[in-house]
Amino acid sequence: MRLHITKHAKTFFLISLVLIVVGMGFLFTKGLNYGIDFQGGTIVNIELGKEFTTEEVRTITDKYDKNAVITYGGEQKTQAIVSTKLDLSEEVRKAMFADFQTTYQLEDSALLSIDKVSPAVGGEMARQSLWATIFVVICMLIYITIRFELWFGVAAILCLLHDVLIMLSVYAIMQIEVNTPFIAAILTILGYSINDTIVVFDRIRENRKSYGKYDYVTLVDDSITQTLRRSINTTLTTLIAITTLYIFGVADIRDFALPLIVGFVGGAYSSIFIASPLWYKLQEAADKRKKNKIDTKPGKKTGYKKQKA
Amino acid sequence: MSFIKNSSMNQQKISVKNVVKLCVLIVVLAVLAAVMFFGLPLSKVVGYYDIKPVTSSINYGLDLTGGVYVVLEAAEDGEGTSDAVERSVTIIRERIDSLGVKEPTITKQGSNRIRISIPDIANQEEALDIIGRTAQLTFLAPDGTVILTGKDVIDAKGLYQQTSAGVNQPVVSLAFSPEGTKLFAEATEKYYGQIIAINLDGRDISTPRVNAVITNGQAVIEGMASLEEASKTAMLIKGGALPVSLTPVEIRTIGPTLGQNALSSSMFAAGIGILLIFIFMIVLYKVPGFVSCLGLIVYTLITMFILAALKVTLTLPGIAGIILSIGMAVDANVIIFERIREELMLGKSILLSIKNGFQRAMTTILDSNITTMIAGLVLFIVGTGTVKGFALTLMIGILVSMFTAVFITKQLLKLVYSTGIFAEAKYYGAKEKKV
Repeated sequence: MRLHITKHAKTFFLISLVLIVVGMGFLFTKGLNYGIDFQGGTIVNIELGKEFTTEEVRTITDKYDKNAVITYGGEQKTQAIVSTKLDLSEEVRKAMFADFQTTYQLEDSALLSIDKVSPAVGGEMARQSLWATIFVVICMLIYITIRFELWFGVAAILCLLHDVLIMLSVYAIMQIEVNTPFIAAILTILGYSINDTIVVFDRIRENRKSYGKYDYVTLVDDSITQTLRRSINTTLTTLIAITTLYIFGVADIRDFALPLIVGFVGGAYSSIFIASPLWYKLQEAADKRKKNKIDTKPGKKTGYKKQKA
Repeated sequence: MSFIKNSSMNQQKISVKNVVKLCVLIVVLAVLAAVMFFGLPLSKVVGYYDIKPVTSSINYGLDLTGGVYVVLEAAEDGEGTSDAVERSVTIIRERIDSLGVKEPTITKQGSNRIRISIPDIANQEEALDIIGRTAQLTFLAPDGTVILTGKDVIDAKGLYQQTSAGVNQPVVSLAFSPEGTKLFAEATEKYYGQIIAINLDGRDISTPRVNAVITNGQAVIEGMASLEEASKTAMLIKGGALPVSLTPVEIRTIGPTLGQNALSSSMFAAGIGILLIFIFMIVLYKVPGFVSCLGLIVYTLITMFILAALKVTLTLPGIAGIILSIGMAVDANVIIFERIREELMLGKSILLSIKNGFQRAMTTILDSNITTMIAGLVLFIVGTGTVKGFALTLMIGILVSMFTAVFITKQLLKLVYSTGIFAEAKYYGAKEKKV
């Protein structure tokens, strides 16, 4: 059995391209829904102990920020989650909770959680994470180039970019809040996807010794086919684990698990259908360039040698 | 006459010795796992020493258990800020200790920040109050008016000083800033013979009488019972004399109920997830699948143990790191088992297939794990907070998984094979080849 993936490489590239373009369309029109971790702000979660309407809560919060967003929390929807982009001072925050306490006769323990991040800190974290990620990618590129060859490294990194863009699209389309877990999710997918891609590349490297030097198409297709069962089984096991986390987890964990599910699927797709054909295209182009170069300088690098038996 | 290849020939006898060995191993592993997860109340049997479940020895992050997390930042970041922040850490630690909470961590972050986290605290508002309160050191006139504040005090030390009578006595020596010197000179003149109280956060820490008009900005407080008392008073004065004002740039509190919920539901989800992976692996890979489950149990035990021993704080991103490493542990086994299957399909013997399978899978596993390890290492070095937590558990997970998925699984698989019960290729995921 041999899957003819290389033959249809253009189709797979096109599918990915369309997905990414659609995703980027959302990204640029709707933008990412940055949470307070990245842009600063205050979120207060208060247990009101009974059902309520957002209008009645708004009568309190309007005094502090008219743009505050009020959402329901808790299993019985008795928790009011007030989020504002303002970095409320401690005095203001306390005054607001005191208002809640008098209106709803609440104990101090009704204040379930506070998250308050100043905008400066939020921006700093976003920058730091971005730099860390870029640095990681460079290091991985170096390692792959040493262990494999340059074009394997380039193809692997392009695949990573592909997976990250798909993830970003999910965040943009579903408008999932981008907070600290976002970083963890992106990093997990980076790690998973590179691992996945390397497994296929490793097979290509191994098979390359026994295949003719320029028979890349068969080489790539066979390598993908041979590792296909592994790719599918590994992806399924990982998906099982993450899906249970999604089903049984609390809201925070769900927001983390959903992009991961999409990321795992995207990562598996890219390492089967994109990574190796991409390497093939890159390598072939590189070989062609090399050949042309040699051809233009007759006698310099080319020469006759005794044929090996 | 012809030769018939018979890869599934059951020529091996069942080895009772190895069966017993395997059974003992499984039982030991099961008992170990049970003890680590549920603990062992030894005190009920032998009267002392309880083994606590490892899950209760792990430090959980505030996002999982609830608590208070605050980052304070010094308003200015110049020369000397780092020192001042260092001193502030000590003061804040003392204040938090007075709350009687367990295991608060107060650390300096960079040159101008202090990170405070207090797990499991019931009265979160009180904690925020006590952290946020800026220590106010004031020198008060007899009528209660403020003469000068902490920022006017440059230094305070406890030391011995010789009195006019030639006796060494412990004193607190004070040095004032130029502004403070002027104010203190005026005050000592005005209130000569009266008491100028030194007040920290509304509490008088010392009430010395003015026995001299001090104009050079150098004063001592006499009448200390010991050098220790003098040093302690000096430290309080210096502590109050915080040259930086700290503002909270990040505050997070998570109520205990909300935190507990997150922890127990993640634990539950993780348990179910692992169980499903077990079933999946056994269905897919039969005997090797079962062996990989044993390997995964060892993996979980070792990882938990390391997390507890290194006092790693487990947070939500940390759990993500563990998930990724479990994924990679399973992946290593999948790669190996697929290789074994391929070898079997080529008609090789089971033992040789196992050997070759592991050998051939090694480069793949090494390369993919090292690449991910590089990512983990870099993130650990350059990242902060969340990213660091993720990177740490990922690195621990990868190292442990390499050990269990490759070494442990290999030995176990050989042992299982040597029992002689599973001597047919079909138990190793290869279909019977039609000849």
